[in-house]
Amino acid sequence: MSAMKTSFTRLALAAGLGAAVAAGGVVAASAEEPKRGGVLRIVVAGKIPSYDGHRESTFAMIHPIRPFYSLLIRVNPDNPQSADFVCDLCEGDVPKPTNEGKTYTFKLRQGVEFHDGTPLTADDVVATYNKIVFPPEGILSNRESRFSMVETISAPDDHTVQFDLKYASPGFIPIVATPFNFIYAKNDLEREDPEGKDPHYGLKWHQSNINGTGAFSFVEHQPGSHVLGKRHEKYHHEGKPYLDGYKAISAPKMSVRIQSIRGGRADIEFRGFPPKARDDLVKALGEDITVQESAWNCTFGYGANQHKELFKDKRVRQALTLALDRWGASKYLSKIAIVKTVGGLALPGHPVATDEETLKTYYGYWPDIEKSREKARELLKEAGAEGASFKIWNRAVDQPYKAVGTWMIDQWRQIGLNVEQIVVPTGPWYAGLRDPSAEGADVNIWPSCQSVVNPVVDAGAWISKSRAPDNRGHYEDPVLDGWYDEMQQESDPAKQLELYRKFEKRVLHEEAHFGQILWWHKINPHRSFVKGWKIAPSHYLNQSLDQVWLDLPDEEREQRTMDELGG
Amino acid sequence: MYKYVVKRILLLIPTLLGAAILVFLLLRAVPGDVCQLRLGGGGEFVDPAALEQCKVLLGLKDPLHVQLVDFLAGFATFNFGESMWTGRPVSYEIALRFELSLQIAIMATLVSIIVAIPLGTISAIKQNTWIDYVVRTISIAGIAIPSFWLGIIIILGLLITTQAWTGTPWMPPIDYRPLWQDPAYNLSMLIWPAVATGYRYSAVATRMTRSALLEVLREDYVRTARAKGLLEKMIINRHALRNSLLPVVTIIGIEFAFLMGGLVVTEQVFNLNGIGKLFVESVTNQDYVMTQSLVMLVVTIFVLVNLVVDILYAVLDPRIRYS
Repeated sequence: MSAMKTSFTRLALAAGLGAAVAAGGVVAASAEEPKRGGVLRIVVAGKIPSYDGHRESTFAMIHPIRPFYSLLIRVNPDNPQSADFVCDLCEGDVPKPTNEGKTYTFKLRQGVEFHDGTPLTADDVVATYNKIVFPPEGILSNRESRFSMVETISAPDDHTVQFDLKYASPGFIPIVATPFNFIYAKNDLEREDPEGKDPHYGLKWHQSNINGTGAFSFVEHQPGSHVLGKRHEKYHHEGKPYLDGYKAISAPKMSVRIQSIRGGRADIEFRGFPPKARDDLVKALGEDITVQESAWNCTFGYGANQHKELFKDKRVRQALTLALDRWGASKYLSKIAIVKTVGGLALPGHPVATDEETLKTYYGYWPDIEKSREKARELLKEAGAEGASFKIWNRAVDQPYKAVGTWMIDQWRQIGLNVEQIVVPTGPWYAGLRDPSAEGADVNIWPSCQSVVNPVVDAGAWISKSRAPDNRGHYEDPVLDGWYDEMQQESDPAKQLELYRKFEKRVLHEEAHFGQILWWHKINPHRSFVKGWKIAPSHYLNQSLDQVWLDLPDEEREQRTMDELGG
Repeated sequence: MYKYVVKRILLLIPTLLGAAILVFLLLRAVPGDVCQLRLGGGGEFVDPAALEQCKVLLGLKDPLHVQLVDFLAGFATFNFGESMWTGRPVSYEIALRFELSLQIAIMATLVSIIVAIPLGTISAIKQNTWIDYVVRTISIAGIAIPSFWLGIIIILGLLITTQAWTGTPWMPPIDYRPLWQDPAYNLSMLIWPAVATGYRYSAVATRMTRSALLEVLREDYVRTARAKGLLEKMIINRHALRNSLLPVVTIIGIEFAFLMGGLVVTEQVFNLNGIGKLFVESVTNQDYVMTQSLVMLVVTIFVLVNLVVDILYAVLDPRIRYS
């Protein structure tokens, strides 16, 4: 059992996994002494829906709100490229399971306080996880189903939390480390409605109120403008945070976010910019800008709608994938779009990911694109689909949707197909994806973004439509469903890997249900004086900001604190 | 006059009711919903049960007529409900941004009046001279150049020139501080969008002032005034300009109403947290409740501004009397 756990919680991702590189400056490999003080200015693209991490799933909430909260465990902030988890509110190492992999016991740090001064106890963690895992009717918990392996959560004493699982599950620890699992105070969760109307008042309290144990405490939120936080003096990681505070400024337009970093109004943006923006910033600011880059835990692919007659024939689906020059796109398309890495279903570099040599034997990954397209034409002919016409159902978002969609048209035209791209706003796009008969939704763009790298659990995206409503190929495949279920409960890493390989080969090659094109590529240019932050393979991860500091002269840091926090 | 005003105010009721029903139905005709966007807009995993529950909680599962009645009842009692995206009261979200939008609208209107009336007048007086050609070129350019494009050019220009001159690029602030709290910060942020929108606005008003004044200057009473030997300055200021301002006031009124809710793109370019930006966000997020309320706000402003313009007509031209 411990070997199994090792494979998913301890194995570092291969060194090549999006190793941070410097494009214009030098990534801070600093052994410098962190300086205390100052306020970090962040620009955030989206609009905060509510403050409740258990309910929401957007980075627009994570980036401004996550620094107010702690997690039970988190991705190692000093090594976020790894699958290495460390304790946040727990003590020592992340616990190993006992009871044949079915029991996890977390010892909590002592002396931790919420921002309102309430001491943290095991009851707070239990109440929090009961809300996430077993929410009552009327309370939305967006990751409830991911904790389906949990049977009970209990507190044997004030500083011990125990999770008992129904079955041994290697996916449990990564799910606990999900950055949305904010720890709340039991007192807050049990608050009573002053008007006596809402029995779940306390469980909804965090939607519009903040009280955590994070590195920063809440100062103000001006909706649509900014969120301001200041240092939590009793933060449980000694000596941290270094900053006096941070200000997360809402800026929906990408050009504003880019120019605000250039013009000194913001220091960093955590989601990611396209290559052109990186190059412009580097050109304008030279050494004042530092660029960190990484593979991004977001697949970008398509699903041919198998409710449509044309795509019921797997030879047509195989022809589609064979026509795509992924290796060429990795070189050229990546210059204009935020996609880069060729890979299968698992994030390249992860222990579960298929190696390049094996991948090159799958349809669509052959190194010789001419040979590949010849085979595609042959399959189309056999299927009687030469010169077929269809539409790509795409989202009206430039990066990477429209850029890659346009590239796909060119690729498929090269095997004689007549392809048109239908670009619609996000709302109608989702509506079209859900409706298998939707006009224009022939080949559906199918991205999938996750936070913690957890390929075995995330493979659930590609099982049958009846079980995975987000399945954009609208197919049923009981064989895949069976293998997926087996994988979730397989405690032998070797057997689990074997199952994953079979699963992946069927999805990408044998049935060509899903056409994985390229993995997203995360580019974070930031002001060079921002130190201590390390890029992670997801824009949801490493956002506690407790390790960030500003390498600015003392008076500039003080001035920032004066300007934003009034001293 | 009094009866006229009351009649116009009563006409507001069917106008607003018609607009409310129209906007309600049009929004529902757009496919998609706020829950899918909120829970999985970035391509994240969405729990189907959570999705269903979200719809129930937001009332999206209620029959359409129930939703419509709720909306109309809320509107009639000035209870606009809560934003489907943030859960905060719509009135709070709008009030928060109203101050900024109002300030921009006033500043842009002032820019427009200060520029348009003198330039339009000079252009008319100096018709077909080089001065007229210069003013006409500037005003035609103002109409042709979209405000948001001008905004982008202003920001880039500031970044490039300040970097060239001082070595450090500078751009206007991107987070708002009220005028009464930090006037310098506030103005350094808002003067640029006011210029960008005021330029287009003034271009329209300049051309309107010019053409209206030219028309008036050809009237018999102006010829009579000249024949009487009145000073040209007096003829223009006392007789011609005042009478030519009627269409200009209409334009300024309509543009002001437009600025209050229509600065959709310019607010994005300058990152202004105003009504226009809220509009874009609510439409993008399919937040029906917020979008409906904003449309109704803009409709109300338009109707009221039109009423004020009509009343101003009577003030400017004593011959106009409403009954």
